Amino acid sequence: MNLIKEMASRDRVFDFMAPARSPVDVRHGPILYLEDVSVSFDGFRAINDLNLTIDDGELRCIIGPNGAGKTTMMDIITGKTRPDHGSVWFGSRHDLLTMNEPQIASLGIGRKFQKPTTFEALTVFENLELAMAADKRIWPTLTARLSGEARDRIDEVLATIGLAAHRDRPAGILSHGQKQWLEIGMLLMQRPRLLLVDEPVAGMTEQEMERTAELLTGLAGQQSVVVVEHDMGFVRSIARTVTVLHQGSVLAEGSMDQVSSDPKVVEVYLGTESDNMEDA
Amino acid sequence: MLASRSWLSRPFRERSTQIFLGVLLAALAAVTLLNLIVPAGHPLHVSTYTVTLLGKYLSFALLAVALDLVWGYLGILSLGHGAFFALGGYAMGMYLMRQIGDRGVYGDPVLPDFMVFLDWDSLPWYWHGFDMAWFAFLMVLLAPGLLALVFGFLAFRSRVTGVYLSIITQALTFALMLAFFRNEMGFGGNNGLTDFKELLGFDLRSDATRLGLFLASGLALALGYVLCRAIVASKLGRVSVACRDAEARTRFLGYRVERVQLFVFVVSAMLAGVAGALYVPQVGIINPGEFSPIFSIEVVLWVALGGRGTLYGAVIGALVVNYAKTVFTGVMPEAWLFALGGLFVVVTVLLPKGVAGLLASLRRRRDDGASETPAQGASS
Amino acid sequence: MRTIRSLVQGLLCLIVVSLAAPAALAAPEDDGRALLEALDTDSYAAKGEAVAAIAESGHPQSRAWLEALLDGKLQRQEDSGRFVVVLANRGRHWPVRDALSDEDLGEMSRRELDRIGINNALRGQLQNTLALLDLRAPDVSARREAARDLLGEVSSAMVEPLTALVEGEADEEVRRLLNQAIAIRRLERGDVEAVEALSGSLNASVRSALSAAARSDDAALAEAATQALAGIEQKQKLNDGIQTLYFGLSLGSVLVLAAIGLAITFGVMGVINMAHGELIMLGAYTTWGMQQLLPGQPGLALLLSIPAGFLVAALAGIVIERSVIQFLKGRPLETLLATFGVSLILQQLVRTLISPLNRTVVSPEWMSGSLMINEGLSLTLNRLFVLGFALLVFAGLMLVMRRTRLGLEVRAVTQNRAMARSMGIRATRVDILTFALGSGVAGLAGVALSQLTNVGPNLGQNYIIDSFMVVVFGGVGNLWGTLVAGLTLGVINQVLEPWAGAVLAKILVLVFIILFIQKRPRGLFPQKGRAAEG
Repeated sequence: MNLIKEMASRDRVFDFMAPARSPVDVRHGPILYLEDVSVSFDGFRAINDLNLTIDDGELRCIIGPNGAGKTTMMDIITGKTRPDHGSVWFGSRHDLLTMNEPQIASLGIGRKFQKPTTFEALTVFENLELAMAADKRIWPTLTARLSGEARDRIDEVLATIGLAAHRDRPAGILSHGQKQWLEIGMLLMQRPRLLLVDEPVAGMTEQEMERTAELLTGLAGQQSVVVVEHDMGFVRSIARTVTVLHQGSVLAEGSMDQVSSDPKVVEVYLGTESDNMEDA
Repeated sequence: MLASRSWLSRPFRERSTQIFLGVLLAALAAVTLLNLIVPAGHPLHVSTYTVTLLGKYLSFALLAVALDLVWGYLGILSLGHGAFFALGGYAMGMYLMRQIGDRGVYGDPVLPDFMVFLDWDSLPWYWHGFDMAWFAFLMVLLAPGLLALVFGFLAFRSRVTGVYLSIITQALTFALMLAFFRNEMGFGGNNGLTDFKELLGFDLRSDATRLGLFLASGLALALGYVLCRAIVASKLGRVSVACRDAEARTRFLGYRVERVQLFVFVVSAMLAGVAGALYVPQVGIINPGEFSPIFSIEVVLWVALGGRGTLYGAVIGALVVNYAKTVFTGVMPEAWLFALGGLFVVVTVLLPKGVAGLLASLRRRRDDGASETPAQGASS
Repeated sequence: MRTIRSLVQGLLCLIVVSLAAPAALAAPEDDGRALLEALDTDSYAAKGEAVAAIAESGHPQSRAWLEALLDGKLQRQEDSGRFVVVLANRGRHWPVRDALSDEDLGEMSRRELDRIGINNALRGQLQNTLALLDLRAPDVSARREAARDLLGEVSSAMVEPLTALVEGEADEEVRRLLNQAIAIRRLERGDVEAVEALSGSLNASVRSALSAAARSDDAALAEAATQALAGIEQKQKLNDGIQTLYFGLSLGSVLVLAAIGLAITFGVMGVINMAHGELIMLGAYTTWGMQQLLPGQPGLALLLSIPAGFLVAALAGIVIERSVIQFLKGRPLETLLATFGVSLILQQLVRTLISPLNRTVVSPEWMSGSLMINEGLSLTLNRLFVLGFALLVFAGLMLVMRRTRLGLEVRAVTQNRAMARSMGIRATRVDILTFALGSGVAGLAGVALSQLTNVGPNLGQNYIIDSFMVVVFGGVGNLWGTLVAGLTLGVINQVLEPWAGAVLAKILVLVFIILFIQKRPRGLFPQKGRAAEG
C-alpha cells in the first residue's frame, strides 16, 4: 500500500517531475503577440505576414471572408499548425512555437472549435471535471479524487452557462446551442488567460445568441477573449475592437464603426456580406 | 486490504463489479466442487479435461478484457493484441522449457531439445535467467509491456490513429509471427515450445495442478477486471473516453493524449501477456500461430460480440465464442469458419453494441417509462 | 608431335574447304563401311586421316561415329567385323547398336568387342572436328551453342579454321563468340591486342582467361587484362542490379495489382475490405475454371479469364457491398471486422465446393521461357507479362478516374461526400460502382497471380497484409502513391533478400513501414488540405 502511495506521489518526491509552470508575463504589454507569421499549404498562402497583438483582458473580434485565414491563425496559436516563419509569443516570456498543444493549453490558452466538440459519452458534469485546471499527468489523473471545492467550482460554472439542470446527462443529447455553452464552460474551467473562440453563435437562435454575447462580454476583463465570427450583428453587439483579416493578413483594425466605414473593408468584405450570408 | 479511498478500491463499491466478481467466484467454486467432490461418472461431474478447457477460456477472457480496455475506452482497435498474448506465453514457455532440465529427449541438462537438434552448443543470451521463476514471471509482464511501450511511443507520438493504427498493429503481429517461425530466432521455430513437465515444481499433468491453473486463471481474470474497472472509473478513464471521442479537444484541455494512450496501451499489453502466460501451461504448447493476425482479429470479435466498452461484455464474448468453437470443431469442423465468418458479419451489422448492449436495451424496454439513455457514443 | 599437329591443321583446312561446298549426296552403306574400316588401323596418323575423311564425307551418321570414337564407344565385333556403337559400358554385357544401320543389336559381351583406340592428339583432333561440325549446323541456335562451348577450349590448331569460319558466318552473335574464342587462345599466347576483343564479355571462360592474363609476367598484358576485368566486373554488377530491379519490379507489380483495388475502395469509400484477398482468390479460381472449360487451350482460357475474372470478382464485390458494407457507412473499423468475416466464409466456401488443395493453372506457351538480354541476364517472360499487365491495369484505372463521368463522381465523393450528394451525385450508386471496380481489379490481380503461383484457398490471405501496407505506405486515396509504393516495396524486398533471406527481408520491410508511418502518418503522397483533416 505504501508503495502505491509513494508511486502516486512521486511527482512530489522528485523535483524534476513537478510541472514547470511559470506565470505569463504581461508587464511589458500584450498577452498575445504575432509577428510576420506566414504559412502556406500546397503553395496557397493561408497566412501572409500576419501581425497581431492582443492586450491583457481585451475582447477582440476577428472577422474576414471565408478563406481569410481565421481558423488557420487559431491553429497556429494553439500549436496545431506550425508556421513557415514568423514568431508567436504569449506574454513576453513564452515562445509558443516551441511548444505542443497540451503545453500551450496548460499555459492558459483555451480554444473553442468551430464545430462544438464536447465529450458526448460523458455527462455534462464530467465534461467540466476533465476541463478543470489540475495536474493533468497520468498518475495524478489516475488517482485524482474530486474535492468539495472543485465540485463547487463546477457547479458554479454550470450555473454560469445555464446547464445546471443537465448536470448528469450525457453531453451527446444536448442541443447545438447547449453544446456551444458547455464548450465555453469547459474553457472557463481551465481558467485560461486567453480564450480563442471560433464562431460561437453558428446555428444559434436569437435568444441563444444573446445569452452567448452576455457570457463572452462577462468574461472579458478577467480573461482576454478572441472571437472569430461571421455574424455581423453578433460582432457589432459585443465588439470593442475589430480586426479584419483578408488573404491571410490584417486589412484593418479599429472599432466596428471605423472598420465598417473603411473603403478597403467595404470592398473585400462588407460589400459582399450578402454573398457570405448565403454561403453560411 | 486496500485503503478504502484508494483509486484501486473504487470498483469494489460498484454494483456491476460486485455482481461480476460474485458470479465469477461462484462459478470457480462450483467447478472446483463438481470436479473434486462429485465422483467421476456422475452426470454432474466436471472432468479435469473440462476444467483445463474452462481455464483456457478464462485466459482468453482476460485477453478480451485487456483488448476492451484499449478498444472500448480508448478507441484504439488493436489488431495485434495476440502478439502481447503470445509474448507473455513465450516468456512462460521459456521458463517451462528450462524446468524440463535433463528430462528432454536428448537429455541435455541446459539446452532445450530443439537447440540440441539444431546443433547449438550454448544457450542464447536471451534465454538466460528463465530458469528462475521470478525472472520469467517478470518477463511475462515486461516483454509485452516493453513492446507496447516502444510501439505505442512511436505510434501515438506521431498521432497514428484509427484505421492506420489498426493496420500497423496487424503488421506488427504479422512481422513477429514471421520472425518466430525462423529457427534462428531461438524460440523453437515452427514447433514452438512444448513437452513441458512442471511448473514451480508441480507436475503439469496432474489433476491438482490443472485445477490450480484453472483457479489461477479465474483469479487473474478477477484481478485484471478489477484493475481495468479501476482505471475506467477513475478520472483517467474519463480522459481515455475523451481521447476516444474528441482527441483534439482533449489535447486543447491540456492532456497529453499520447501519454494517456501509451499508459493504457501498456497496461493492456501486460494483461494480455499474463493471459498468455496462463494459457501456455494449460494447453501445453506455444507456437508462432498465436501471433497470426487471424487470432488477433478473432479476439476483436469476442469483444465485439460481448459488447465493447463494458469489460464484462468482453468476458461473455470470449466464453461464448470459444465454447461455440469447441462444440463446432468437435461436431462439424468445416462449418466452424462459416459460423465464425457469419458471426463477424451479424455482430457488426446487427449487434453493434454486442450482447451487453442487447441486454441493456432489453432491460430498458422492461423498465419502460425510464428516461431514455443515449447511446454510449462509442464511434469508431 | 609437331608433325602430327601440322598434319591435323592441314586436314582441318581441308574439311573447312570441302564442307563449304554442298554436302555430298547420301552415301551408300558401303561408303560408310569403308570410312569406318579406315579407322581400324594401328597408325594414329592414318586414324587421323580417317577421321578427317569421315568429317568430310557428310555421311549422316558421321557425327555420331566421331562422338562415339571420342568416348571410346565405337567398337568392332571381333567375330563378324561389324562396327557397333556401345550405348552403355557398365558391367559385362553392353547394349549396342549397329554403327552403320543404327539397328538395335541387343547386348553383347564386352569380350566380343574390340575398342578402336585413340591417343591424346587424336582426341584433340576429334574435339575440334566435332566443334567445327556443329558450327556448320543449319540451325542458328545450335551454332551459337557450339560457339559458346568453344570459349576457352580452342587449341592453336583450330585458330585458322575458325578464322576462316568467321568470315563465312552470317549470324553476328556466332561471329562475336568465335572471335572471342580465338581471342582467348591468342591471350593465352600473350597477345595484348586480344584483350580488346574480350572486354565486356560476361562469359566465365573469358573471365578466367583474363584473370590468368592479369597474373602474367608481361606487365603490359597484365595491365590491359586487369582493366578489362574491372570493366567486366562493373558490367556484371550492373547486370546483377538490373536483375534485382527486375525481380523487385515484378514483385512490386504483383503488390500494385493486389493493392490498387484496395486503394480505390479504401480511398474512396473509407472501407477496409479484408475480403479483398479473397476477391483476388476468386479471380485466380476463375482462371483455373476457365482452363477446365477449355482444356488444351491455356492461352485462350487465360485471355478469356481477364474479363471473366473481373466480372466474377466485381459481382462478388457488389454482393458484399449490398449485403454488408452499405449498413456500415462511416464506421471503417466495423467494415474491417465484417469483411473479415466475409473473407472467412469465402475461403471456406472454396474449400468446401472445390478443394482445400492447391490447383495448378497452366501457363500458355507464349508466357513460358525467358527473354535473354545478354549472357548474364535473362528475364522470365511470365513475370514480364505480369509487370506489363499491372501497368496496363493501372493506366486503365487512371483513365477511368480521370476521363469518365464515374471517375469524376468518385473523386467528388472522395473529397466531400455531403457536398457531392447535394450536387445530385447519387452516392449510393457511386459506392456500388466503386466497390465493383475495386473488386473487379482484385479479380484481375487474381488472374495475373494464377500465372505466378499455385491457386489455393489461402491465396488471398497471403496478399492482404502486404496490400494494406502498400496502400498505407503510398497514401490513401492516391493511385500514383499505390503504384510508387508497390514498386518501391517490391524492389526494397528484393534488394534486402540476398543478404537477409526472404523471411527476414519481409520482416524488415514491415518494420520499415511501421517506422515510416510514424514519420509520415498519411503515407508518401498524402491527401492535403483541410478536407483531409476530417
